[in-house]
Amino acid sequence: MFYVSLKAQLRAAVPALLLWTLLAAQVSAETSELSGSVDLQSRWFTQSNLYAEQADNAYSVAAQLDYYRDWDNYRQRLVISAFARIDSADAERSHADLSELYWWRELDDKELYAGIRQVFWGVTETVHLVDIINQTDWVEDIDGEEKLGQPMFSLLSEQAWGTVEIFALLGFRERSFPGPEGRLRDARVVDHDKASYQSSSGKKRIDLALRWSRVLGSWDIGLSHFSGTSRKPILKPVPGNRAPVLAPYYPLIEQSGLDLQKTHGAWLWKLEAISVKQRGDGRNTAVVGGFEYSIFGIADSAADVGLLLEYQFDDRRGRRATSYQNDLAVGARWRLNDFQSTEVLASASVDLDWGTRFLSVEASRRLSNYWSLEAEIRVFDHVPATDPLYTIRNDDYVQLELRRYF
Amino acid sequence: MYATPFRRLMLCFTIFITPSTNLLADTPSDASQKRGLNIAREADRRDAGFGDTSSQMAMVLRNRHGEQTERRMRSKTLEQQNDGDKTLIVFDNPRDVKGTAFLSFTHKTGPDDQWLYLPALKRVKRISSSNKSGPFMGSEFAFEDLSSQEIEKYTYRYLRDEHFDARDHFVIERIPVDPKSGYSRQEVWLDKSEYRVWKIDFYDRKGEHLKTLTASNYRQHLDQYWRAETFEMVNHQTGKSTELTFTQWQFQNGFSDRDFNKNSLKRAR
Repeated sequence: MFYVSLKAQLRAAVPALLLWTLLAAQVSAETSELSGSVDLQSRWFTQSNLYAEQADNAYSVAAQLDYYRDWDNYRQRLVISAFARIDSADAERSHADLSELYWWRELDDKELYAGIRQVFWGVTETVHLVDIINQTDWVEDIDGEEKLGQPMFSLLSEQAWGTVEIFALLGFRERSFPGPEGRLRDARVVDHDKASYQSSSGKKRIDLALRWSRVLGSWDIGLSHFSGTSRKPILKPVPGNRAPVLAPYYPLIEQSGLDLQKTHGAWLWKLEAISVKQRGDGRNTAVVGGFEYSIFGIADSAADVGLLLEYQFDDRRGRRATSYQNDLAVGARWRLNDFQSTEVLASASVDLDWGTRFLSVEASRRLSNYWSLEAEIRVFDHVPATDPLYTIRNDDYVQLELRRYF
Repeated sequence: MYATPFRRLMLCFTIFITPSTNLLADTPSDASQKRGLNIAREADRRDAGFGDTSSQMAMVLRNRHGEQTERRMRSKTLEQQNDGDKTLIVFDNPRDVKGTAFLSFTHKTGPDDQWLYLPALKRVKRISSSNKSGPFMGSEFAFEDLSSQEIEKYTYRYLRDEHFDARDHFVIERIPVDPKSGYSRQEVWLDKSEYRVWKIDFYDRKGEHLKTLTASNYRQHLDQYWRAETFEMVNHQTGKSTELTFTQWQFQNGFSDRDFNKNSLKRAR
């Protein structure tokens, strides 16, 4: 699967590379740097597998490589980032992605990007509704924060009344899903060969996106619109070779988004809302909002604590349903502010309709300038059969990750 | 893990005269306040008009057992006409925070605006600037020690003259206006000829002597602007210390406001 996507990515990157080769000739003030990291990850699933092929433990090694080069007096840049993972249990989780390969050029009051990029939009912590440019790399992490590179041309313009960005997104990236041996999946495996699209151009459709954003004093405001193929597929059960499988269907959507943050002292008030219209279907709304509040210098120490509360709402139902249709998430981040930047983030979310509880603890600590250690625990508790998380109810896990930077 | 670099760290002071202070009769204490203010203003005046700077920052953090660790950053500063400076810091080391970038708009009055760029998520996050007394990158420098030292952020009082290291100094006291400051007061030593800060004693909220900062290796740039290359902060209560060095000071980089916004923060390298 990943060869195909890599090839598609490379094809899309060719224009950027050609431009770069042409322009690199006029090199003046120049900076370049190569860096990266390698990490070892172990996941231990504490409960027995629900589906026969699934493994109880998974060990994997991942590598990240980053390169950039500036020239033309810092008015042009080439960026390359590549990622790869090899996983002991799940062949689908063994994957590689060219997450960035783009050329950037500054014009008078505009900036041009050509190539594969990652773009983040939004302000909230527990769900990222507005963020839509990149496809989610679901096998990397179920938090939805890991993304696949998106080929594009984009133009950015800074005006007195805000920053405007327009995007032409060239070529569609399919969402990654675990294979038969992987945990954190549906009873039926997703079959990428059975993917279908509402657009007659399929994966080749050029999607469009527009964003306006502005800082007004203590407010950070963003408005966006996306017109194209939904990043989130509808998974339809179909017959497979041996057992039934899920066929991803990617509909066409129009999605308008708002993201808003008000910063007031130690309080950060946040809101994200989207209105999604699927072609040939109804309009839906999803909202996430809440606050982050920090207490600095706990008990005269250097430590601080950040408290988080977000409410999630989504009126998509049936096969388009999300697991955050009516949920409340709370969390606490404890920072020691020591030499090693020790940090613990504990969070819990409760589904107010189904009663499902999801608990997560993430801890990280620097071991030296080049080494760091991260631990993660995730628990799915009280999951009724009506909740979309039901099929992963036995997939509680403990994860340890050791990373070396170079 | 974020903070603003010392632009005119202690070189600029202004004054904030509260109405009650103005109403005071011309007592000796009033005279010493005026004198303290004038010293601060003069130091500020001498550093005004520097335009922009860039520099490389390195910190060596030491604990009482002699263990040490290092931090490296690069910073850019843009002077503003009627407000505090704008500052952008990019972290290089330790490697787990490499590429993280911090943008700060300091204001003469009211809270600063601060944003953090998280490279792993390609995300810019507006953060709270009310963490004045927290440690910067685990060091002995608090955020407020590193932020742009606008005159309005303190009230001042002249204390005495003192001679050491072959220099004559003014010693002034400054009291933070912000109730969230970690300090009840600071004593500042400035030399009489160039109004450079050589030493600061910091007193915690309880009035206990907390830290001492000493500056050294001053160099003059553009025939006017003095910048220290070394700052040593010693915490007397914990025995920890941090040495902060600034190298490769560069003036007249031609920075504009467009180099200091959320968009340029995403591109900072």
